[in-house]
Amino acid sequence: MAAAPDTSGSVATGWRSLAVPLMLPTWLVIGLFLLVPVALMGVYSVLTKDFRGGVVWEFSLAAYDQFFVTRGLFGDEPPQIEWTYIAIFWRSIWQAALATLLCLLIGFPTAWFIATRSPRHRALWVFLITVPYWVNLLIRTVSLRFLLRDQGPLNEGLMAIGVIDAPLRIINTDVAVQLGLFYSYLPFMVLPIYAAVERYNFALSEAARDLYAGPWTTLREIVLPVVKPGIVAGCILVFVPSLGAFLAPDLLGGAKTYMIGSLIDEQFRGSMGNWPFGAAVAMILLTLVLLVLLWQARAAGRERR
Amino acid sequence: MAARTDMRRYAGFGLTTALCLTILYVPLAVIAVYSFNDNRSITAWSGFSLRWYADVFTGPEAPIFQAAAWNSLSIAALASTAATLIALSAAVAMTRGGRFRGRGASYALISLPLMVPEIVTAVATLVFFTAIGVRTGYGTILVAHITFCIPFAYLPIAARMQGIEESYELAARDLYASRWQAFRLILLPLMMPGIISGWLLAFIISLDDFIITNFVKGAGMETLPTAIFGSVKQGIKPNIMAISTLMLLVSVVFVTLSYLANRIGQKTR
Amino acid sequence: MRQAIGIDRVVKRYGAFEALKGVSLSIADNEFFTLLGPSGCGKTTLLRTIAGFEDVTAGAIALYGENIAALPPEKRPVNTVFQQYALFPHMTVRDNVAFGLRMQGVALTERRARAAEMLELVHLSDFAERLPTQLSGGQQQRVALARALAPRPRVLLLDEPLSALDLKLRQAMRVELKQLQETTGITFVFVTHDQEEALAMSDRIAVMSNGEVQQVGDPRTIYEAPVNRFVADFIGETNVLPVMVDAVADGRARITLPGGHVLTTDALEGLAPGAHHVSIRPERLSLATADADLTVRVERVIYLGTDLQLLARLADGTPIVTRLQNSSRNELPPAGADVGLTVEAGAARLLLD
Repeated sequence: MAAAPDTSGSVATGWRSLAVPLMLPTWLVIGLFLLVPVALMGVYSVLTKDFRGGVVWEFSLAAYDQFFVTRGLFGDEPPQIEWTYIAIFWRSIWQAALATLLCLLIGFPTAWFIATRSPRHRALWVFLITVPYWVNLLIRTVSLRFLLRDQGPLNEGLMAIGVIDAPLRIINTDVAVQLGLFYSYLPFMVLPIYAAVERYNFALSEAARDLYAGPWTTLREIVLPVVKPGIVAGCILVFVPSLGAFLAPDLLGGAKTYMIGSLIDEQFRGSMGNWPFGAAVAMILLTLVLLVLLWQARAAGRERR
Repeated sequence: MAARTDMRRYAGFGLTTALCLTILYVPLAVIAVYSFNDNRSITAWSGFSLRWYADVFTGPEAPIFQAAAWNSLSIAALASTAATLIALSAAVAMTRGGRFRGRGASYALISLPLMVPEIVTAVATLVFFTAIGVRTGYGTILVAHITFCIPFAYLPIAARMQGIEESYELAARDLYASRWQAFRLILLPLMMPGIISGWLLAFIISLDDFIITNFVKGAGMETLPTAIFGSVKQGIKPNIMAISTLMLLVSVVFVTLSYLANRIGQKTR
Repeated sequence: MRQAIGIDRVVKRYGAFEALKGVSLSIADNEFFTLLGPSGCGKTTLLRTIAGFEDVTAGAIALYGENIAALPPEKRPVNTVFQQYALFPHMTVRDNVAFGLRMQGVALTERRARAAEMLELVHLSDFAERLPTQLSGGQQQRVALARALAPRPRVLLLDEPLSALDLKLRQAMRVELKQLQETTGITFVFVTHDQEEALAMSDRIAVMSNGEVQQVGDPRTIYEAPVNRFVADFIGETNVLPVMVDAVADGRARITLPGGHVLTTDALEGLAPGAHHVSIRPERLSLATADADLTVRVERVIYLGTDLQLLARLADGTPIVTRLQNSSRNELPPAGADVGLTVEAGAARLLLD
């Protein structure tokens, strides 16, 4: 979202004095049910795991220790870096980045195309793009799984027309997860770019062409830099949710495509769970996301100057 | 205009858009089509049938789905109503309140549920309720839903309010209306399309939620998404596709209504 | 004089709407040529077809003899100064100015040198590292100019470049632009709706209306010898009076003014006797000392500082505007008085109907 819009209320409408009371419900609800819980989660990450599931209120850094450090199979060797969980994070980052790239490659031309339709039709195109987003993510992921299964319509169809002999193994691979993430968050890439292109001043393209730049050079040198904020916004809106995604990796991937979302989910299932550890992983994820958002805010601020 | 003079045209972009739309709709279309498959197995097609839809309502799993549907719909209705009221209050403050103290922080606060990854919110909410000793179930789901629905209700309402000039209220006040009358008779009617749009959006968001709901629902109850997920884990069955198609339709109807509400709103500006 | 641009029966249609209805013009090399007309007359459309941003529905456009109608904008050696400047917001002033050279493949050192030269020409050398958003309107306009001149085009197209500037700046830029054209020798095609601007800067003007060229000529001819009512009305103020043409001989016509007085004036080609109209500029009327050509009743005298504007009516109610110089020897007639006006010799111009 862009910076808070500045509409200074006129005194005569009399809302100014009510502004703070009016914000109170929001502060109460979001403060109490989001801010406090997140802080509490941070606290949980430094508590001790209860063998029955849940926590014991004793301070302990065991969760973070488990994440970053390994002391061998029996816990008696000298401490070394634990790569397992870092590898999971790294893989998740990669998956999210690839999904973002895929969304960009398909999403940018789509956003451009829609934004350059006549004003009458534009709203319809935007509607068409966003409708799938409003369908339940679970259902969308399930439908993708159904489509890509070994015995699913895609494989059946390809075999029927003779392109392949045996079904393509797509489910349980990184590719399936990629497709799942791409499918989940594509509209998030399209809409911000669409907004940016809609505001784009085409006289700039004319000026570039006038000065001997061909159409693709114009795109590269002039259009892309000018609509960059929209592109960056789209990338963030795809990358961040992809990082913590659960459904796509869980339903479309398998053991080999284990990601952060599944790791966290596992910690809260039954008595095998490890709440402090789950909370710790969630804190690390949150920190990562906040860093990305902060970096983007800084970059946007620098550009404005 | 010829391609050489049209600054808007780029080769292949139209094709990519078609590809994009195809990718977006094909999986949904496939599920919808196969939900009418007469065959028990989901692989081969053996004719058009509504049996799976009947199964959803009358089959062995029907009670589970019915309870889940009731939960989902009632929670969505309650959560979206509560979220819309809260968002309305916030929108009035943010767009008409001028530069009040804490305005920037308020804006960050409203955006917060959108910034925090869903799974983090899920964990945090579960931890919170456990820590204060509240039993997970209907109430905890409801509270969590209200919280993350607020930004979704807020956006259309605030957008609409920003388009309404202050001069309408000023004119009303000039003609001896009190602040409350000006709000009720002038502002509220003008804002209605935004409020309806916000409510519809919040409803869908609540109805569709899986991750957070899954974490805070406890053992005893299900909502439609969690019931579907549980069932899918055991293999995709045809009645799942029927339910999915039904939910799909509900979503499409709601989004279309929201879109129309906005369009009607445009005309009465 | 060599022909820089030849526009031959150019038609431009947008669906059912004809923006250009068969326009033909010949613009000479090293000329400051202006397309003048009200909004919607097609002047900008014509400019854009020359630049290559619109293609023509019919007709040909030749640049120094070569037909360019089929070429995309980047292949035409013409450059444009846009009305809203269209400076690339993410590039410095210097990079903006050097852009065309970069696209032409000019080497870095030469690009920088040429860009510096251009910035010097428009007096903006100190602003080379700034971003466009950091410049005032007038400065942006000059950067747009420098950018369009840098690739040394054969023709420079200017689309109402001064319209966004305030009055004082506009007047200063008029002189600068004129000087620039004379110094560089590049053919300028200038679009404006401001007739004072057109008169002040141009070598020749094409007055346009409704997709057609009404008249082409140098400023003096356009002002003093308008061919039809539109041109007469659009440029400056004028009085259009109905007259009877009695006789035509040797390029002269004898006309009867309203009120009965007879004058001789230049005839138009192929003029037949009968009812026509003449255009008489207000400053070519004066208070009659002896025989009056026109008798009017004064309605109002308006004091304008440098002149006096006399608003009056003929007996049949036709309004007549007279401009008198503000000198003490003029006795101002009071409102309601009947006065006689003299038409200066040659001031009554017959108009094509």
